[in-house]
Amino acid sequence: METMNKNLFHGELVRLTLEDADRVAAAFSRWGQDMEYARLLDSGPVRLFSSSIMRQWIEKEYLGDNPGMVNFFIRTLADDRLIGFIGLGGIHWNHGDAFVGIGIGEREYWGKGYGTDAMRVLLRFAFEELNLHRVSLTVFEYNPRAIRSYEKAGFAVEGRVREFVHRGGRRWDMICMGILRREWEQMQRVSAVTQQEAA
Amino acid sequence: MMINAQLFEGEKIRLTPVDLERDPQAIAGWFHDSEFLSMLNLPLTLPRSPSQIKKAYEEIEKEQDEKSSVFNFMIRRKEEDNNTGGTLVGFARIFEIEWSNATGQIMLGIGDAHSRGKGYGSEALRLLLDYAFTEINFHRLGARIPEYNEIALHTFEKAGFTVEARSREALNRYGRHWDLILLGLLRPEWEKTR
Repeated sequence: METMNKNLFHGELVRLTLEDADRVAAAFSRWGQDMEYARLLDSGPVRLFSSSIMRQWIEKEYLGDNPGMVNFFIRTLADDRLIGFIGLGGIHWNHGDAFVGIGIGEREYWGKGYGTDAMRVLLRFAFEELNLHRVSLTVFEYNPRAIRSYEKAGFAVEGRVREFVHRGGRRWDMICMGILRREWEQMQRVSAVTQQEAA
Repeated sequence: MMINAQLFEGEKIRLTPVDLERDPQAIAGWFHDSEFLSMLNLPLTLPRSPSQIKKAYEEIEKEQDEKSSVFNFMIRRKEEDNNTGGTLVGFARIFEIEWSNATGQIMLGIGDAHSRGKGYGSEALRLLLDYAFTEINFHRLGARIPEYNEIALHTFEKAGFTVEARSREALNRYGRHWDLILLGLLRPEWEKTR
């Protein structure tokens, strides 16, 4: 049962944070060595990076005050474990559109609702604080777990970029999804009514 | 396709490198045409000065040289007098190139307003596709075109691209929301058009 919470950065299972690169760089480097994780995340060729280079990259992407992006780390509420990251990039302020990217680096947190919860927190931030009109994402067809999670969070499939990724000896489509502000607001209303009825 | 085919030479236009001394002045003129900019769907519709244009093209050339993640061409109308390579009418670019996936994005525009409606865009696209599929060996090319740019949508669809996705209401211009249309062309499909 969803409870009303005032803290924009908190969900039910996770909270979004920003922390110094030293605290997270080692985890990022370790996650990057999990090839399955890396292939689910990005279409570019998987490469291995040291903690040192990861630290520089985190300084730039997370702590660099870039006007076109807002990035967070994800920690569990239960035991404050760093499990991944989520962020908005390609923010076009004049159009009110941005792309979301998420990665759960700690495998034991896959398929248990942590990613979906983080996405819900991020969407609330996007629509209530950044006042965006829509949030976009792309996901590879070989990532059905993510597709289900995004649909639960309210994203609709908008098309398929055919044969975009060439991996493991075959080609895969990249699926485009999007959620509009009014669709997200409708979901909040439905959820509030459900809460009321149950009470 | 013959090995000695001149992939940069069309009938009415040719693809050439940028001329960093002469072109920025003309290109700055295109950047004062707000309709042109919104048709291209650059992130922000803003004028540019010639020196800003020159700097931007220097960075494109650097990226082309160092990372090969972009290939940029200027489109020039062929003239009787061949000294300058022709009159600058537009640009054509392959960018967001991912080598391991053999994919790229295409963008092109006829910046000179007097040169539009003459088939230069279609011809430049044809040359670009020949180059992309037979020299760089892409597997697929994509384009992102706003739904209000009917001319570009027609040009790309005529060249064989199909609509693959619509980013609903991704653009906010002229006081309303518009979809951004994603098109794609796969190599086997392109081969059939030849």
